[in-house]
Amino acid sequence: MSTTIRIAAPKQASRGEVLELKALIRHPMETGYRRDLYGKQIPENILTRFECLYNGERVFAGELFRAIAADPFLTFYTVALESGTLEFRWVGQDGQRYSESVELEVL
Amino acid sequence: MTRWLPTLLLTLAPAAVADTRSFVDRPDLPAEAVQSGSAFLTAETRALQADDFANPGYLWVERGRELFGSGEKACSSCHQADTLAGAAAHYPQYDAAAGALLNLEARINRCRQSHQALPPLAYEAEELLALTAYVATLSQGQAITVAIGGAAAPYFQQGRAYYFQRRGQLNLACNQCHDDHWGKQLRGDTISQGQPNAWPAYRLEWQTFGSLHRRIRDCDAGVRAEPQASGSEIYTSLELYLAWRARGLSLESPGIRR
Amino acid sequence: MAETLRRREFLAHGAALFSVALVPVAAATPGEVELELAGLFGDRPILPGRVTLEIPPISENGYSVPLSVEVESPMTVEDHVTRIVLFAEENPQPNIARFELGPRAGRARVQTRIRLGGSQKVRAIAELSDGSLWSTETFSIVTLAACIIQ
Repeated sequence: MSTTIRIAAPKQASRGEVLELKALIRHPMETGYRRDLYGKQIPENILTRFECLYNGERVFAGELFRAIAADPFLTFYTVALESGTLEFRWVGQDGQRYSESVELEVL
Repeated sequence: MTRWLPTLLLTLAPAAVADTRSFVDRPDLPAEAVQSGSAFLTAETRALQADDFANPGYLWVERGRELFGSGEKACSSCHQADTLAGAAAHYPQYDAAAGALLNLEARINRCRQSHQALPPLAYEAEELLALTAYVATLSQGQAITVAIGGAAAPYFQQGRAYYFQRRGQLNLACNQCHDDHWGKQLRGDTISQGQPNAWPAYRLEWQTFGSLHRRIRDCDAGVRAEPQASGSEIYTSLELYLAWRARGLSLESPGIRR
Repeated sequence: MAETLRRREFLAHGAALFSVALVPVAAATPGEVELELAGLFGDRPILPGRVTLEIPPISENGYSVPLSVEVESPMTVEDHVTRIVLFAEENPQPNIARFELGPRAGRARVQTRIRLGGSQKVRAIAELSDGSLWSTETFSIVTLAACIIQ
């Protein structure tokens, strides 16, 4: 699907404010334990890492394992410092890299 | 299976023994008793459905919104989204041009073939789920009202008959759980009324989004009956009966279900 | 495959039909979490406290359990949380996630949704910028669904 991430982030904030950021990523987080209709094992397919960069500097990251539910959901925080870009990055188990950015205006 | 079968039989045994009436004589669930499946979920699951960011079903809704507005002849070139508000609450519906009962999925596929020169999408394909979810969401909160007279009547009777027909190795009919025993515990679950108003929905057990017909296939498999094809006339007829039975319930898609 | 399974096929594959993931996969051994912790933090002591871990006491489905973890910290350059690691000891693989934080986070709180392969204890360990380690644990019951084929 082309809609692979939903991001909830304020568009505006005042300097010093603690901002709540949320991400919901479309991904099966297949554990490798499940079997299909015919009993064949479905291969493991998970996201292994998620990061949030604020004007290029990493403010939050997570190493993810099989115990993260399908369609991973994360809420975390960052302090509003200056206007710029919040970049959300996530990485598949075979190194596939994905990224989506939103703009933030700090007043 | 051995672990839950005794529980199931114990729960249902009295009804199974006492009731020898054929389906035509069985009463329908009274309208005043009708409750959404949401009523049988934990507070956490209800909260997830109500959260229009965290509810993963919105990943499909948003994809559907994109699809609705894209392509050479987009859905949106005929339908302004707001003109479809309420439309989904009136499906399944008999369509004279098609000469058949159509649910929302079938309606979207008819549109693709007759107006957009596009091939129909496979049932359960991500794109069809997404489009169905988006169109259903446009009717969120609207009361389900379907027409069961006229050309729809034979489908309604067929769907109702399926609902009350015992089937499978467990020899159970839909009503034996969903009319006679809703609200009771079956292992860790509270038995719901089997209402269709949250579909298409994100089902936790599937860990993904799916159609009402996929859910019904699981019910059939659960009583060890042969599941019918998704999109089949018999399941669409059953969907019509279920929608009539749910009359007045608000459409909740994208729901979260166990 | 065709949408309709033929009867014989259906009976033969009935057991696999629901693709239930909470299936016979061995749980992690008790020592596994300790090994992971030793690898991450050496032999530094882990003290109880400072960490709050919230999971519903009863979950109706182990595939998507809401989890919230928060560490008491001013989150300044001098004094902040650097890592939060989560374990589910009875899962086939005990790791849930390892979060990396810093003073730019402002608040040491993370929420996510996890899988629990049955009722069990979930542990959260936080590492602070002074190198100290703090932890808490909470128990969650995962109920069994009615209509699954095992």
